[in-house]
Amino acid sequence: MGKTLFEKIWDAHIVVEKQSGPSLIYIDRHLVHEVTSPQAFDGLRMNNRKVRRPDLTVATMDHNVPTTNRRLPILDQTSAIQIQTLAKNCKDFGIQLFDIASPNQGIVHVIGPQLGITLPGSTIVCGDSHTSTHGAFGALAFGIGTSEVEHVLASQTLWLEKPKPFEIRVEGKRKNPHAVTAKDIILSIIKNIGTGGGTGTVVEYRGEGITDLSMEQRMTICNMSIEAGARAGLIAPDEKTFDYLRGRKYTPKNYESLVDYWRETLKTDSDATFEKKYVLHIDDIAPQVSWGTNPGMTCDVTDSVPSPDDYSKGDQNQKKGAQKALEYMDLKPGTPITDIKVDRVFIGSCTNARLEDLIEASKVVKNRKVSPHVRAMVVPGSQMVKQQAEEMGLDKIFIDANFEWREAGCSMCLGMNPDILSPGERCASTSNRNFEGRQGTGGRTHLVSPVMAAAAAIEGHFVDVREMDLS
Amino acid sequence: MEPFKKIKTIVTPLDKVNVDTDQIVPKQFLKLIQKSGFGKFLFYNWRYDEDNHEKQDFVLNDKKYKNSKILVAGDNFGCGSSREHAVWALQDYGFSVVIAPSFADIFYSNCFKNGILPIVLDEQTVEKLQHMHDEIEIDLENQVIITPEEQIPFSIDAHRKNILLEGLDDIAQTLQFGDEISKFEKQSKIPSVL
Repeated sequence: MGKTLFEKIWDAHIVVEKQSGPSLIYIDRHLVHEVTSPQAFDGLRMNNRKVRRPDLTVATMDHNVPTTNRRLPILDQTSAIQIQTLAKNCKDFGIQLFDIASPNQGIVHVIGPQLGITLPGSTIVCGDSHTSTHGAFGALAFGIGTSEVEHVLASQTLWLEKPKPFEIRVEGKRKNPHAVTAKDIILSIIKNIGTGGGTGTVVEYRGEGITDLSMEQRMTICNMSIEAGARAGLIAPDEKTFDYLRGRKYTPKNYESLVDYWRETLKTDSDATFEKKYVLHIDDIAPQVSWGTNPGMTCDVTDSVPSPDDYSKGDQNQKKGAQKALEYMDLKPGTPITDIKVDRVFIGSCTNARLEDLIEASKVVKNRKVSPHVRAMVVPGSQMVKQQAEEMGLDKIFIDANFEWREAGCSMCLGMNPDILSPGERCASTSNRNFEGRQGTGGRTHLVSPVMAAAAAIEGHFVDVREMDLS
Repeated sequence: MEPFKKIKTIVTPLDKVNVDTDQIVPKQFLKLIQKSGFGKFLFYNWRYDEDNHEKQDFVLNDKKYKNSKILVAGDNFGCGSSREHAVWALQDYGFSVVIAPSFADIFYSNCFKNGILPIVLDEQTVEKLQHMHDEIEIDLENQVIITPEEQIPFSIDAHRKNILLEGLDDIAQTLQFGDEISKFEKQSKIPSVL
C-alpha cells in the first residue's frame, strides 16, 4: 500500500522502532529561542551532558526582545536576564546564535526558511508550537516542550507516538486573491473543523487552492495548523519550494542533488490512505474575522456576531464557552462585524510578518491615513524582512500613514515584550491566537489577514477589504 | 523525577472547555529561567483581580479544594502554546492528575516529563467526576479510578505508564541507543546547517 508524504518522512527518520509504543525519531534541525530553553540547558549542566549536534542547532532571540531602538539597554530585567542566559548557553555549548544585533535576527519561524535552514523532507523541532510553519516546505516540523528541547539537545532524537495522517483539500480559486488571503483560508478551515479538529494528526494540505499559493502564503497556512490542534501541517514541495530555498545563506552545497532526490520522493502516493479528510471550497469565501477567544470562533466579515446558541449548535459546553467569550470580548450577538471599532492594529507575528504580507498591506495603506483614534504598528518578522521592505520603500508608506515601524520580534502576538494591549483595548491583529489576555491582560484580539488589519487601521473599524480600491 | 504513587483526594472541578496554556500560565511569567515556583502563577488571570486580590468565584480560591491533587477539566485541555511552564505550574501548585475528555498533544506529552498523569475519559464520566464531592483514588498501576460507587478503568500507553511509575530519566535511557543514533547519522541525507 502507498504512503502519505508524512509517513515517508516519518519512516526515513526512525532510529529505533519497537513492537508497540513510541519510536525514536531523528531530528535534523533544532531551533532554539530564549523562552523555552534555559531550563533545558540547566538540565544538561546538572547531568554533565553535551549538545550532541551543535551543527544541527540554531538559536535566536525573538519572544521578548524590544522592537524599539536596539541600541538602548533592555529595561525589563527579567527579559534581559533571559536574553543574556541564551547568549551564555549558546557560547557554553557551541551553538550558532543570531542575537539581537545580528542582521539575521528575527522570529525563529521566519528566519529558518529565509536562511535556507529549513529543508524539505527534514524533521524540524523548536520549543514553540508554531514550528508547524516549516511544514510549508515539505518538512515534518512541530513544537515541543522544554523537557523535549533538553532531550533533543542531548540526543538529537525524540520518542514519538506516530500521529495519524489527515488530508485537508483546498479546492477552487479565490475571486480576489489580494483581498481573500491564505489567512482567510486557514481561519475558514479552523472555523469548520474546530480547535481540536486536528488533534493527534499531521495535516497534509493539498489541492489547487494550496499549490496556487506562494511559499510565504503556504507558511501562513501551515503556521496555524496547531490552532486546529494538529501536531504538524505540511505541503508537498514543488518547484516553488525548491526555487525559494535556492541560493540562501545556509542552503546546502549539494542542494541540486538533494532537489533531484526530493522531486522523486517527497509526495503522497496515489494509493495512500488518510485516516481523516476535510475539503474546503474557496471560490466564494470571504475575508475572516475572529469574534471570540479561540481561533475557531471566527466568521465572515459580512456576518454578524453569532449568538451562543447559533454558534454551539446544541453543545452545552461550547455554548458556555461562547457566552464567556462574548462577555470577555464585550460583544453582543447580532452586531455586524463591520460595526466593531478597533483601538489598535498589529501587523506582525510568525503567521503574517513576511515581505509579501507587508507588500499587500502597504497597498491598502498607501496614500491613506490611520484613523485618528487607532494606534497601529508594523513589526517585521525578521531584520531581513525589515531591510527588504525598507529597500522597497514600504516603511515610508506605513510611516506616512501614521503606522509605527518597528524592529523584528514576536512583539504583540504574545506581549512578552513591552508591546501589549491595555485592559479593554480592542485590536485587529494578524497574529494566530485570540486567547484571553494573550496580547495583554484584558486585551481583546480579533484575528485577521494583513490587508484586513490595514483596512481596519484606516477606517477605524472592520471593513470588507474586497470593497476597497487597491489600485 | 519522583515515582508516581497512588493518590486519593477530592477533585477540583474546572468546568471549562478549550483551556489554553495562556490561561494556565500567562505569558508575563514565562521569563523565569528556572523550573520551580510557577504554582503561584497558575490560572493567574482567573484567580486574581486587577488589584491582585483573590476572585472568590474561582474554584481554586475555594478553601475546600486546598488539598486536592486531581484537576477535572473540559475538552481540549492544554491547547495553544507549547510552554511546559503550564505543567510546571500545575505540578508546583500540587496537582498530580488532570482528567479531561481530550488533551492537546504537546501538553499531554509535557505532563509525562514532569510526573503528572493526564487521564482521558468520556465526556459523561468527566462530568460525573466534576460533581463528585467524595475523595477518589487514582491507581495508575492498575489503571483504575476508584470512587465510592464504582471503579472506572482508563487506558494509557505502556511506555509512558512505566516512565511515571518508575520516575525515569528518559534522556539517560535514550543515550543507551547511542550506537543506533550514530548509525542513523552516517546514512542521513540532510547535511549540517553550517
